[in-house]
Amino acid sequence: MATVEIRNVRKSYGPVEAIKGIDIAIRDGEFLVLLGPSGCGKSTLLRMVAGLEGITGGEIAIGGRVVNHLDPKDRDIAMVFQNYALYPHMTVFDNMAYGLKIRGIPKAEIRTRVDKAAEILELGRFLDRRPSQLSGGQRQRVAMGRAIVREPAAFLFDEPLSNLDAKLRTQMRVEIKRLQDRLGITSLYVTHDQVEAMTLADRILVMNHGVAEQIGTPLEVYQRPASLFVAGFIGSPPMNVLDGRIDDRGEAVLVPGGQRLALPQPRPTDAGRAVKLGIRPEHLAVAAAGFSIEIELVEALGADTVVYGRLPDGETLLVRMAGIPTVRERDRLTVAPQDGALHLFDAATGRRME
Amino acid sequence: MKTTRLIDLVPHIILIAGVLIFAYPIYVTLIGSTWDSGTIGRGGLPLWPGGQGMANYAQAWAGEAGDRAMYTPVRTMMLNSLVMALSIALGKIAISILSAYAVAFFRFPLRMAFFWLIFITLMLPVEVRIIPTYKVVADLGLINSYAGLAIPLIASATATLLFRQFFLTIPDELLEAAKIDGAGPVRFFIDVVLPLSRTNIAALFVILFIYGWNQYLWPLLVTSSGDMETIVTGITKMIGTGESANDWHIIMATTVLAMLPPVAVVVFMQRWFVKGLVDSEK
Ligand SMILES: Nc1ncnc2c1ncn2[C@@H]1O[C@H](COP(=O)(O)OP(=O)(O)O)[C@@H](O)[C@H]1O
Ligand SMILES: [Mg+2]
Repeated sequence: MATVEIRNVRKSYGPVEAIKGIDIAIRDGEFLVLLGPSGCGKSTLLRMVAGLEGITGGEIAIGGRVVNHLDPKDRDIAMVFQNYALYPHMTVFDNMAYGLKIRGIPKAEIRTRVDKAAEILELGRFLDRRPSQLSGGQRQRVAMGRAIVREPAAFLFDEPLSNLDAKLRTQMRVEIKRLQDRLGITSLYVTHDQVEAMTLADRILVMNHGVAEQIGTPLEVYQRPASLFVAGFIGSPPMNVLDGRIDDRGEAVLVPGGQRLALPQPRPTDAGRAVKLGIRPEHLAVAAAGFSIEIELVEALGADTVVYGRLPDGETLLVRMAGIPTVRERDRLTVAPQDGALHLFDAATGRRME
Repeated sequence: MKTTRLIDLVPHIILIAGVLIFAYPIYVTLIGSTWDSGTIGRGGLPLWPGGQGMANYAQAWAGEAGDRAMYTPVRTMMLNSLVMALSIALGKIAISILSAYAVAFFRFPLRMAFFWLIFITLMLPVEVRIIPTYKVVADLGLINSYAGLAIPLIASATATLLFRQFFLTIPDELLEAAKIDGAGPVRFFIDVVLPLSRTNIAALFVILFIYGWNQYLWPLLVTSSGDMETIVTGITKMIGTGESANDWHIIMATTVLAMLPPVAVVVFMQRWFVKGLVDSEK
């Protein structure tokens, strides 16, 4: 168990900067999720922590020890890969035991550790099988077993569930969460799936184009997205974003179509400023006055319903309602944001305006 | 029903005809090795076995004087061929798997230059470089030695290429997982790459053993003494230039014996392929 500190870490591939200076201190036993779209540099950052990728700038410390120039094997980490990366010619037992054998751990202890991991992961029956004789979920559990038996300072996961089907993914997600709670090992987990991030993380680092857009707990990231990017990436369906302008007295936002939404607190200094206004679909509700929309599409998801509405000026507004649909396509509907549901972002930089 | 059955028969008939066409000369050789030289000499070789088999094989094996000439005994030639073919096959596999490992898994200066150098040698058959090779081997004093027979034929661009292509299909993550597990390059090679290459090695061994066994031009050049004779060159030397009649019964017995080791290798290694295929590793 240990902390992992990433200090102003950069990575360049030739002229291309993949990671543009990331800072984060992961606490002992914390589950940190690196979340971002494909190609944003999540794997690169994780692989720098693992030692599989050189560090162009900055410092990485595991358990207080700078590891920049240490080999992967000396960093006291274990990694779980997306495609499992099991040794195809070895049995499940040997797959888990291999790292321990190399480290010269006595046979009896290897046996104990592997048996214990197999028990936790319910792999006991499969110890003599080859990976090719296992299902995807079982293989992923073997990959996790290989990480567990090492008893490392930190676990690194690179999209470990992406190759599984939806149902298995949900199941394994719960298993990973339980496992991490039980073992309390500091974990870095890479994913592009916001549901995985929200459910697993103690804190999420939202990445975009090699920078950290926001670091926070799942609820912080959801409730107070630090930028338009985070606002759009977290939450499903995504947040509505409208062009707006703060009125001359700094008391309300004017949106095209004549709507005037009162600000929770007046912002006299921002009077007249162009803003982006964010409202989550689930924070819009039918009201007497507000946005008047024409319904274009109704998606009934069972537990709730997503309504795609069109504003008079042509922009789309998504509304999420609880329960089965009570409206139909081409109906007209008036919706208004709930109290405190407005997110304001700077129109130029996309950063949240506090 | 009936027509489909007829259609099913056609490929079988074609295959059987093919087998007969290929098998017939071998059958004739086999039969010929059981008759005396007189019967063969008269040109009327029967299609059924004669009674001289044991005597012919014993004579060929031990190399007692034939009716008309002295030959190197087959047992000597077989041993020479076996040593040469095994050295070539194992040497080629060892060298090429190591160079392929270097080219596929390591980044070093001029990596691609080395790769292309190996690749280019593919375009130079043995015959083209045989004179300089002979000079080198002669200067090293390796004429009439097993080393001289085998070493010049050991470098193999083809096998290197095949192994490299196979290594490229091993996922990077496997190497990375091994790195994290603490395996260095040598351990990774021994513990992961070699076992995964088993089927490829078995297949190559068969091909290369037969390649080595059938070498003709090089052994002809590099050996001059009878006790270094290989079986393929030995057989051709048994066949005279026409001034005297040939001991066809001995020649045919020798030919049959010469076929046995390659056949044995194929039959034995076939088990390995099947095992590799059944184990179906992904
Ligand atoms: N070996 C490499 N050489 C050059 N560019 C790379 C290399 N690996 C990754 N990149 C680039 O770095 C960026 C981040 O990649 P990656 O970390 O794999 O993204 P993610 O895991 O978030 O999908 C991508 O734009 C990718 O093209
Ligand atoms: Mg990735």
